[in-house]
Amino acid sequence: MKAAVIVFPGSNCDRDVQVALRQSMGAEPLMVWHKDSDFAKVDLIVLPGGFSYGDYLRCGAMAAQSPVMKEVVARAHKGVAVLGICNGFQVLTETRLLPGTLMRNADLRFVCRDVRVKVESSQSLFTAKYEQGQAIRIPVAHHDGNYYADDDTLSAMEDRGQIAFRYCDAGGAITPEANPNGSLRNIAGVYNETKTVLGLMPHPERLADPQLGGTDGRALFDGLVEALT
Amino acid sequence: MKARVHVTLKNGVLDPQGKAIEHALGALGFGGVHDVRQGKVIEFQLAESDPKKARAEVEAMCEKLLANTVIENYAIELNG
Repeated sequence: MKAAVIVFPGSNCDRDVQVALRQSMGAEPLMVWHKDSDFAKVDLIVLPGGFSYGDYLRCGAMAAQSPVMKEVVARAHKGVAVLGICNGFQVLTETRLLPGTLMRNADLRFVCRDVRVKVESSQSLFTAKYEQGQAIRIPVAHHDGNYYADDDTLSAMEDRGQIAFRYCDAGGAITPEANPNGSLRNIAGVYNETKTVLGLMPHPERLADPQLGGTDGRALFDGLVEALT
Repeated sequence: MKARVHVTLKNGVLDPQGKAIEHALGALGFGGVHDVRQGKVIEFQLAESDPKKARAEVEAMCEKLLANTVIENYAIELNG
């Protein structure tokens, strides 16, 4: 599998993603600066977390208009797998590759701790190495992770199986207490209609090594390598 | 031409920042304040002098960047 990590001014999780990908791939991913409007063919494009453009105007709004994103959107439409983590998820909603939007956390606080999310389906490029319904532990660190889409959009997404992860308790129950940011229906991550684009607020790359305190995140990258090699 | 864009949250979208402002106003002793919603104003000068063309240009800016039309409305004011 060949992978590229897009780096915007203000991205700060690009190197953690690079480390996680290197571990799972056994090879180096390409690091692509946002001003490059073209880059080598890859099987996976990752938009990492951080504060691209300082979150000015809206999180991810200006990164979405970067020269490189035209190419990323074009490739996504052709079926290339795209993974957006945290700020990357925000960029994906701003480009409309994913439905909905991420708003300020409901309690106005920056939330920075481990949460649990339920893997809604193991039938995707991204989740094949998880069990259906598995509750995994994974860190979040965000101020604007409150997922919103109108009711019609949400219903359509549910029908098409586009909800990828939901915040849950240790037992896998979807409860208000397990929701760190007020996201509608406890949504932590979503797919596009073809399940080739995934955006999620939690950081799998931050729990992919025993030295980081856990490895629940590693299976996401391992699964991608297996699916795309 | 001077352009002023007001970006506001659509009705029905929760605004916790607006709520926080409402509470702070209450704490300051201002009673009877409800439904506080926070928005943005973006102002700029436009080289385009034809009002129709200017409006079309600013609308395109709003649709593409200045507003997230999933949750925001925009209103355009043009002067000169």
